[in-house]
Amino acid sequence: MWDKILQPWPWYITGPLIGLMVPSLLLFTGKTFGISGSFRRIDAICLPKSKLSYLRTDRWRDYIWQLLMVAGIVIGGYIGNHLLSAEPVPFLPESYYNTSGVIKLVIGGILVGFGTRYANGCTSGHTIMGLSNLRWPSLVATISFFIGGLFTTFVL
Amino acid sequence: MSLKRTMALLVGIAFGIILVKGQVISWFEIQKMFRFQSAYMYLVIGSSVVVGAISLLIIKRLEMKTVSGEEIEIREKPFNKGVIYGGIIFGMGWAITGACPGPIYAQIGSGTYLALVTFVSALGGAYLYALLQPKLPH
Repeated sequence: MWDKILQPWPWYITGPLIGLMVPSLLLFTGKTFGISGSFRRIDAICLPKSKLSYLRTDRWRDYIWQLLMVAGIVIGGYIGNHLLSAEPVPFLPESYYNTSGVIKLVIGGILVGFGTRYANGCTSGHTIMGLSNLRWPSLVATISFFIGGLFTTFVL
Repeated sequence: MSLKRTMALLVGIAFGIILVKGQVISWFEIQKMFRFQSAYMYLVIGSSVVVGAISLLIIKRLEMKTVSGEEIEIREKPFNKGVIYGGIIFGMGWAITGACPGPIYAQIGSGTYLALVTFVSALGGAYLYALLQPKLPH
């Protein structure tokens, strides 16, 4: 059993467990699952004097739970890779550890931050939460995510 | 810390562990997904939505309340054009960085510190959105 935990988990364990995040968060906290809103929260907290209405109107004090949740993800990331893995594995390729790799991550990161805020959600809020709630805008969002990802992979 | 906040932290820790152990935060798995070289991520996403949907059906059907007895109200995201434009832009970033927002946090915790670059850039991207929001089509 312990050996199995230390190995990468199969999809039929990983997927259902991710799905269970939705009811867990709802039942324990009453909150709707989503991650990318945390970028807005953090920006609003770091720039309290910003005149931009998107940041000024962010009620981040109502979202302390979300900031704690993403802090938890960082902690869980450590536990998963260092305490629950036979040996820690890297999650970015060696080829990213140079100037051009960093530039790629900067561009990609900006696209992730900009895109998820423009779309008002990411894989968590739209794909996992929105699709679980049978919301058609989240299906449109998810299809759009894949159009962008496939275009980048096969055309660019 | 209130019960709610403690539980949010614990849900985050669980999510982080699952993302790592399921390789969902791996650039390599995301590449295999977008290149259709592996069904793994599709099965993960598909089964997570099935379990999430069944859970929500049960919660709604039984009119369940939170553990502290509050009504459950699921916040629904409305549609606007940003869902499409922003969604495509995010998808491009996802393919490049190998990480959507949850996995960015998990990558950092897992010791892939290079993901801090992704994280800070994502905060910059969110700021760029804040800056351009009034001018963008929605």
